[in-house]
Amino acid sequence: MKLPSFKLPSLREASTEARLLLIGIPVFIWTMLPIYHMMLFAISPKEDAFAGKFWPDHPTLHNFHIVFHQQHYFLRDFWIQFWNSTVIAVSVGVLTLLIATATAFAISRLKVPGGRWVMNLALFTYFIPAAFLAVPMYRTMGNYGLLNNHWSLILAMVTIASPYAIWVLKQASDKLPVELDEAAIMDGATIPQIFRLVYLPLMMPSLVAIGCYALLLAWNEYLYAFLLLSRDTDITLPVALGNFLAADDSPWELLMTTGFIYALPPAAIYYAFRRYMVGGLTAGAVKS
Amino acid sequence: MAITLSTSDQAIPGAPLAGRLSTPQVWGIVLLAPYALVFLAFVIYPVGYGLWLARHPSSYVALYNDPIFARAAINTLVFLVIGINFKMLVALFLSGFFIQERSWIRWLSVLFILPWAVPSIPTILSVRFMFNPEWGMVNHLIFKFTGEDGPNWLNDPTVALTMAIMMHIWKSLPFWTLILMTGRLAIPGDLFEAADVDGATWWQKFRYITWPSVRTLYLTCTLLSMIWTLGDFNSVYLLTGGGPADLTHVLSTLGIRYLRLDQLSLAMASIVCALPFVLPLMYFMMKRLSR
Repeated sequence: MKLPSFKLPSLREASTEARLLLIGIPVFIWTMLPIYHMMLFAISPKEDAFAGKFWPDHPTLHNFHIVFHQQHYFLRDFWIQFWNSTVIAVSVGVLTLLIATATAFAISRLKVPGGRWVMNLALFTYFIPAAFLAVPMYRTMGNYGLLNNHWSLILAMVTIASPYAIWVLKQASDKLPVELDEAAIMDGATIPQIFRLVYLPLMMPSLVAIGCYALLLAWNEYLYAFLLLSRDTDITLPVALGNFLAADDSPWELLMTTGFIYALPPAAIYYAFRRYMVGGLTAGAVKS
Repeated sequence: MAITLSTSDQAIPGAPLAGRLSTPQVWGIVLLAPYALVFLAFVIYPVGYGLWLARHPSSYVALYNDPIFARAAINTLVFLVIGINFKMLVALFLSGFFIQERSWIRWLSVLFILPWAVPSIPTILSVRFMFNPEWGMVNHLIFKFTGEDGPNWLNDPTVALTMAIMMHIWKSLPFWTLILMTGRLAIPGDLFEAADVDGATWWQKFRYITWPSVRTLYLTCTLLSMIWTLGDFNSVYLLTGGGPADLTHVLSTLGIRYLRLDQLSLAMASIVCALPFVLPLMYFMMKRLSR
């Protein structure tokens, strides 16, 4: 009988492990330092935060209390800004999904004439640097009379999110066998029935990924929000965070606390749907 | 004369085009319409309008005479050529590290993705305060160990630009590492086993197996990252604000600066100046992805 052998790691294995650690530890510090610094500020009273300590003498949740009760000049409109961010992100997610699914279905399954053209134009839009498009977009929204209206940000973000959404969904649709549609037509299904009963259920994983993608893109957007919205009760959370910088004596511990609260939902969504995000998005992001 | 209808030509009652188009095509056009509208209203119109605003030669003369523009153009080049290539090399290296099968490396990879998963604004501001000359953690540490005051980090244009590049790398490194990991994982494992049997060194395995397999992916990623980085406004604006003395602007922050100064034609002209370099890249990438 052969016993399972537990042998000590050889010198060679130990040196490999040591070399891996030599990479892993700096990577860990590099990744976590800015995030740790933010959390540290969130639980530090002002004196500790400004003393450059690695751990506060008196960790406290008081900063969260101030933010949640809007007890500071910079935080007067925290909840309404949180609400603005949520409404805008959800609207962008839903609208992008509707538009991109319809477009991908039309191009990939219905083979609509000119579909390839639309796909190429959308892809071209995907490669316009966002900050470049922001300049004429600002004036365009002014011409449409939408400045300082949430619709301006929603529509701008839908414009930015759609091309990639369409592309990913088209790639996914192309993989579904044509026989499915043909069989459904034989059974007398109409196009809306095929869309609802055959196409949507099969596309679910990609739809989840794209919905999250558009939602996170809108929640995280700073530049467009900062250009298109300006009233304190209209702006989204990232713009409110940027506005903290306007004063020299900003309450950085409150800024970091608000930033921490703002960063939690997207991180939670990302990790909850990581399986879809990694499979659906990165695989399609760059085709070799 | 008999009129024959193909099976797919069951016309929808009341649809005007039904005579000439088949039902799926009518539906296709209906479903394509929302995106077409968005595209016309928020891509074609702004782009056309922007180009029209940038038509005056005087704007370009004004740009040429603005030292901030020249500086921003150089900064953008440094950002793209040095910053992005450095980032992609590190990503290529780390993708090799993260495909090692260790449970602690798997845990580390979950944390490693955090910069990509969280919004950039709070973390950029966090770094900004970390390097605050008076109250920041970094200068506190320097004072503790050397007894001397640390430098005023963001007040030196070279250091400030380097830090903006580092900030960009911090944010986007996980994404590109992940992409390159999928590229590496697609290489059949028996190639490496055969190389091990033949006694190949680490470098030989990389040179003759890994690199030929991921080369195309790596170059595509580099180009794509360059295009997107042109639009990276946050890393520079929120860390340095373009300062000190407007010396760390890149084209994206400069365009917005002109916009805020109500010099829209200058803003568009500065973007038009970048187009000869960007358009070929965009066209190339579009061709690549639409295959």
